[in-house]
Amino acid sequence: MHAYVLRKLVSLPLILVGVSLLIFISIRMLPGEPARVMAGPEATQEAVTAMTIRLGLDRPLPEQYLTFATNALQGDFGESIRSRLPVWDEIAQRLPYTLALAVTSYVLAIIVGVPAGMLAAVYANRPPDYIVMAFAIAGASIANFWLALLAMNYFSVTLGWLPLLGAGSWQAYILPSVTLAVLPMAVIARMTRSSMIEVLSQDYIRTARAKGLPASKVYWSHALRNALIPIVTIVGLNFGGLIGGAVVTETVFNWPGIGRLMVDAVRYRDYPVIQGVTLVAVCAVVIINFIAELIIAALNPRVRFD
Amino acid sequence: MSASNTPAASPRRRLTARRVLAWCQQNANIVVGGALIGLIVLAAIFAPFIASADPYQQNLSAVLLPPSWEHPFGTDDNGRDIFSRVIYGAQISLLEVALSVSIATVVGVPLGIIAGMAGRFVDDVIMWVMDVLFAFPGIVLAILIVSILGPSLFNLMIAIALFAIPIYARLSRNVTLGLKRMEFVEAATALGVPRWRILVNYILRNSFGPIIVQSTLTAGTVILSAASLSFLGLGAQPPIPEWGAMMSQGRNYLGVNIWMSLFPGLAIMITVLGFNILGDGLRDLLDPRK
Repeated sequence: MHAYVLRKLVSLPLILVGVSLLIFISIRMLPGEPARVMAGPEATQEAVTAMTIRLGLDRPLPEQYLTFATNALQGDFGESIRSRLPVWDEIAQRLPYTLALAVTSYVLAIIVGVPAGMLAAVYANRPPDYIVMAFAIAGASIANFWLALLAMNYFSVTLGWLPLLGAGSWQAYILPSVTLAVLPMAVIARMTRSSMIEVLSQDYIRTARAKGLPASKVYWSHALRNALIPIVTIVGLNFGGLIGGAVVTETVFNWPGIGRLMVDAVRYRDYPVIQGVTLVAVCAVVIINFIAELIIAALNPRVRFD
Repeated sequence: MSASNTPAASPRRRLTARRVLAWCQQNANIVVGGALIGLIVLAAIFAPFIASADPYQQNLSAVLLPPSWEHPFGTDDNGRDIFSRVIYGAQISLLEVALSVSIATVVGVPLGIIAGMAGRFVDDVIMWVMDVLFAFPGIVLAILIVSILGPSLFNLMIAIALFAIPIYARLSRNVTLGLKRMEFVEAATALGVPRWRILVNYILRNSFGPIIVQSTLTAGTVILSAASLSFLGLGAQPPIPEWGAMMSQGRNYLGVNIWMSLFPGLAIMITVLGFNILGDGLRDLLDPRK
C-alpha cells in the first residue's frame, strides 16, 4: 500500500504541473497579440503596452510560467478584465453554488442509482431488469440541457410549481440537480447491476441464503458490500464528468456557479477568468480522483498490485 | 474467435434465414443499434429528398407554428421548417463524429502503440501528456480550446478530437502491451521480422476490434459534447441546423413553442442511443472471453 500511495503522490504534482502548463500555453497561443485581445478592440497602443507590462507578457516564457504558477499557488489568478475584481474572489463567490449543485446531484444519483441497479441484478433478465436498464441506457443518451428545457417548460412555465431560473430558494435546486443527476444515475445503475450480478453468483451468497438469512439481509449487507468497489470507483472517478455537466446545466438555469462564470468569460473573452476557473476546476477534479483512487486501493488490495 | 464467427468460416454451412434470425437474436444490440444509426445515416444522405423545405428558408408569415401536415415538427422563430432542419442536422452530427473520431484515432492510436512498444522513458512522457489531457473534464477542455480558436463548427470538432485522443492512446497502449507478450509476436521478433512490420501486421491489425468498439462508444460522447458546446454558443453558429444550436434558439421560446427544443433533442437521443447500443453489442461480439 505504501509503495502505491508513494507512486500516486509522485504522479499527482506532475499532473498538476502539466495541467497548469497546458492552460498557460493555450492562453499564450491566442491568435494575434494576447495583450491586444485582452485590452479590447478599441484600446490604444499605450493601453496595449500597459496591459503587456501588467500581465508580464514582455518577460521570457519560462519566467512568465513561474510567476503564473507561484501566484496561482497563492490563489492569485490576476484580475477579471470585465469586472476588475480579483479572479479568485469571483471564483470563491461562485464555487459554493457549484459544489452544492454537484453534491445534491451526486447524492440523488447514488440513492436512486444503487437500489435501481440492485433491483435489476436481483431480477436479472426479467421485466424489472428490462425497465431499469431501458431507463439507464436512455439516461446515458440524453442531452442534459434538453431534459432541463423540457422540465423547465413543464414544471416552471406550464404548471408554475418550480422557479425557472436562479438559486434563490431550495425549490430552485430541484430541476438543476435532477437533470444533472440523470447521467451519473444511469452509469451508477448499470455499474451496480453488473457488479451485483457477479457477486450474487458467488458461493458465500449461496451459503448466506442456505443458512436461511432473509433476502434483504443477503442483498444489502452481504452482496452490496462486496459489490461496492466498482461502484465507489465509478462514483469517485466520474466527478469530472459531473463538473462538465454542471457547466451546461448552470448556463441553462442561470445558476450562479463557476460553470456559468466560465461560459460568460469565454463570451466576453475574459482570459484571466477562463484561466483561473479552468485551473481551479481541473485541479479539484484531479485531487478528488486522487482521493478516490486511494480509497479504492484501500478497499481492494488487487488494485495496489496492478 | 467468437462462436458466432465459426459457422461463417465453414463454407459447407449455408446462410439460412433461420441462422440469420438466430444471429440477430443473439446480437440484438447490434441489430437495434445498427438500425437506429442506419436510419440517421439514411436521413443524412437523402436529406434533400426527405426534407420538405429548404432548412435555411425563412418565412416570417409562418413563425413558431405547432406541428401540422405542412410542417410535421412545426416552424422556428424565423419561420423555418423544423423537420427539414432536424433532417439536415443529421449531416452535421455525422460530420462531427466522423471528423472528431478520425482525428482522435489517427493521433491517439499511433501514440499509444509507440508508448507500448518504445522504452520506459518515451512511454512515460507520452502517457504523462495523455494523463494531463485526460485530467480535464471533456467539456472544460473543449471550452478552453474554443476560447482560443474562436467559436465555429470546425474548431469545435478539433476541440472534441483533442479530448478524445487520450482515450485512444490509453486503449491502444494497453492492447499493444498485451500483444507484445503474445507468443506469435515474440516468435516474429525472434524470426527477425522488421519492427515496423510487427507494428502494422501484428499489433495494428489486432487492435482494430477494440478501436472500433471504442469509436462507436465515443461517437455518442462526441454528439452530446458537440451539441452542448453549440447550445452554449461555442460551436456551430446560427443559422447552421446543428441540433444543439437549434435548442439554444428554442430556449428563448419556452412556454411559447417547445417544438424548437423537443425535436432536435429527440434526434440527439436517438442517435446517441443508437451508437451506445451498437457499441455495447460490438463489445459483446468482439469480446475474446466469450
